[in-house]
Amino acid sequence: MYGADVEQIAIQLNEDPQKLADFEARIARGEKIEPGDWMPAEYRRQLIRMISQHAHSEVVGMLPEGAWITKAPSLRRKLILLAKVQDEAGHGQYLYHAAETLGATREEMLDALLEGKAKYSSIFNYHTTTWADNGAIGWLVDGAAILNQTMLARCSYGPYSRAMVRICMEENFHRKQGQEMIILYSQGTPTQRAMVQDAITRWWWPTLMMFGPHDADSPNSGVLIRWGIKTRTNDELRQDFINQLVPDLQACGIVLPDPDLHYDEATGNWRTGAIDWDEFWAVLKGNGPANAERMAARRQAHADGYWVREAAAAYAVKNQNQ
Amino acid sequence: MERARQYALSGYLIALADDELILGHRDSEWTGHAPILEEDIAFANLALDEIGHAKLWYELGADLLGQDKTTYPDRLVYFREPAQFRNMQLVELPKGDWAFSTLRQYLFDAFEALRLEALSQSSYTPLAEIAARIRTEELYHLRHSQAWVPRLGLGTEESHARMQAALDALWPYAQGLAAPLPGEQDLHAAGIVPSSAALFERWSGEVSQFLVEAGLQVELRSPLADMHRSSHSEHLPALIHDLQSVARLDPEAIW
Repeated sequence: MYGADVEQIAIQLNEDPQKLADFEARIARGEKIEPGDWMPAEYRRQLIRMISQHAHSEVVGMLPEGAWITKAPSLRRKLILLAKVQDEAGHGQYLYHAAETLGATREEMLDALLEGKAKYSSIFNYHTTTWADNGAIGWLVDGAAILNQTMLARCSYGPYSRAMVRICMEENFHRKQGQEMIILYSQGTPTQRAMVQDAITRWWWPTLMMFGPHDADSPNSGVLIRWGIKTRTNDELRQDFINQLVPDLQACGIVLPDPDLHYDEATGNWRTGAIDWDEFWAVLKGNGPANAERMAARRQAHADGYWVREAAAAYAVKNQNQ
Repeated sequence: MERARQYALSGYLIALADDELILGHRDSEWTGHAPILEEDIAFANLALDEIGHAKLWYELGADLLGQDKTTYPDRLVYFREPAQFRNMQLVELPKGDWAFSTLRQYLFDAFEALRLEALSQSSYTPLAEIAARIRTEELYHLRHSQAWVPRLGLGTEESHARMQAALDALWPYAQGLAAPLPGEQDLHAAGIVPSSAALFERWSGEVSQFLVEAGLQVELRSPLADMHRSSHSEHLPALIHDLQSVARLDPEAIW
């Protein structure tokens, strides 16, 4: 459908062909689409879906690392981790605002998350079982997120693009602290080296899955690329990540959990073995190791905070009336 | 400064740092669990500042003891036993509900504002400089925690009841603010630190009035029998165990 010409698409989406053609021409010229501008309903729908998923990922993403703030093994690490998790809350906030510019409300988006209708990144449904997992999340998970977000910083929707520029700058700091931790521990004591190897072994495959299904199995990719929301495919981004990370992790003496991993001289790419997509879909459908806990924690915080939000609203009304 | 006084001042500063560290620890427990996203950000920020301030005081304490300021603060945090911590009990109590945490923060911030104002006039310049620096951040904390007190005290019936319950639970512990810090008497006589009892008088008046305006009843209740900073509740050992759990997995490692 989305390789088709604009008139056919206008018919299928029930949009005005001229407006749609003008819209696509703007994107082709590299212009940003802004909140008040005309846009196809499907563009709006896809953006709300993506931006709110992204916001939810930041908010749920606070939990796996947040659990280690009180245990961070030095004051320096503690301050770094606190700042990092605080940044994630901040990113969630920008992104909810970006989605609000499209007409979604934060309440609707949060309800969709709490009712299990909205998705968030499947990576946060894995447990953080040792301190070194925070390093692995920084270097691998945030590193993978940066590749995706650097692409989104060029996306056609202005508010999302600008939020991504700012978020990427902070995410780079997150990645660096994780990389620094993993490199240091990989040269550290036997306890630290074992901890790092174990963390990378557990996080490697789930991180590769973060880029999403293979292009052939990615239902939304076509329209997202046509309208400049995505400019690169899942597989392209995943390959960049693998090429970046494999040599660096191997230089640390870390063994990646993939016997089929090899360098392909012809293309200059590192090739991995097959990704276990059954695991990916299972986690996405709610059956990952920590899905239930993550959602329970969010629902608990929301329920525990009900009286606080109610009081703040009541107080604001009383103050207005005075 | 003579040796004995340096030693006394380091003990005072470490106690001050312990308060900040432990309160920051409790604040950080809200990260990811606050009632609204903006408060996840705010409480993580409070925790960052409190722990950052603890670090500054530990470093000055280390300096006074002739210790390495880059490594000694972590030795103090990660390798003391719970009984060696000198924080007041008010800060070690579990975070409770949102009313408990915000009210504790307010009671502590209001006292700290007074203490920092006095410390920024200290005759010991390195101390005065750090106090002045911390004070600017603490004023934001006070503004934030102060905003929550009337909001919850006067918001709804439920929020009022929760605030009153929090105040009733916290008030006896807050009396511990009047207790002198280690070495305080001599340091106060030398113009280096203020008298906690004198600050407490001012605090008590200001805070009581503010709480009453927020619809809360301040009852004169007897303070805890033992307000000395070497005495702790059962909550501290559990907190310290959590705090030190990774560092002690491998005490020789650089984390």
